[in-house]
Amino acid sequence: MQEDYTYVVLADDDEDDRLFFVEAFEELKIKTKVDVYKDGIELMDALNQEDSMLPNILFLDLNMPKKSGLECLIDIKANNRFKDMAIAIYSTSASEEDIENTFVQGANIYIKKPSAFNDLKKILSDVVTVNWQYHTNGLDKENFLLRL
Amino acid sequence: MKVFIKFDFTQFCSRILDEKLNELNIKYRMLNFGEIEFLESVPADKLKAFDAILKEYGIEKIENQKVILVQKIKDTLIDMVLNANEGQNVKSSVYLSDKLGHSYGYLSNLFSEVTYTSIENFIILQRIEYAKSLITNTDLSLTEIAFKLQYSSVAHLSTQFKNTTGITPTTFQRIIAKRRTLKSN
Repeated sequence: MQEDYTYVVLADDDEDDRLFFVEAFEELKIKTKVDVYKDGIELMDALNQEDSMLPNILFLDLNMPKKSGLECLIDIKANNRFKDMAIAIYSTSASEEDIENTFVQGANIYIKKPSAFNDLKKILSDVVTVNWQYHTNGLDKENFLLRL
Repeated sequence: MKVFIKFDFTQFCSRILDEKLNELNIKYRMLNFGEIEFLESVPADKLKAFDAILKEYGIEKIENQKVILVQKIKDTLIDMVLNANEGQNVKSSVYLSDKLGHSYGYLSNLFSEVTYTSIENFIILQRIEYAKSLITNTDLSLTEIAFKLQYSSVAHLSTQFKNTTGITPTTFQRIIAKRRTLKSN
């Protein structure tokens, strides 16, 4: 319902990126709750807890130590428990190959990390708004592809 | 073997509602999709049971008047988008205020307040979603899809598709096709 908030999780090994990310969400008009993890292992451990609350949108950095974003994506897509999560790739890379490959593997959103904070706010706001539309209007998640 | 399944949400939801309401022995009349009139006063405990049963199916009774009106706006717009090929060429603002009996300004403000998006954006999103489902589930060409959705040209459809999703219709088509191949392997 309308008074709900969007639960957002980010896995990113860069401390500054994590900080900007959390700050950007604090300034959005849609209500959100944000949790961050610093690598893929930490993230998957948290998600795999049986009673864990699953995010509405999961943001994955591609280049992380121990377990990359792509490895997380593939694991997540193989597990039916996670089927309702929207997955956003959040990366410094904008190579067409990375973009198409992550979409094919099941990502819904591909974001090239912007350099300016205001751009980041705009992008995250767009992502949450579009995701909200999919969520509240029962649109087909299979067709949810967004590149920013 | 793999098959793709298309759902008729209206039929599906109406069917569930009908079954459950009969189970609870509540007499009702279906007004529009998503609007039901109870033909007798229903005791509170029965209503509670009704809510609980529907919740299992992800169906919820809407209480708030504003939310109801917004839902009507959405239903009207979706209907407009899905039936665009039937030759009606009215402006959405006129169509909407005619159907719902409120000024467009009022409806538009209310809509933005409740949904975090504008009516215009909602229409674009719905049209593009419809285009996506036609791209993935039918053999229609982009030209035919553009015509069906009343775009002035394929270029217009492609531009709006790209602006909304960040990718072109052709890339979209390729990604979905690859995904299906990957899944069936």
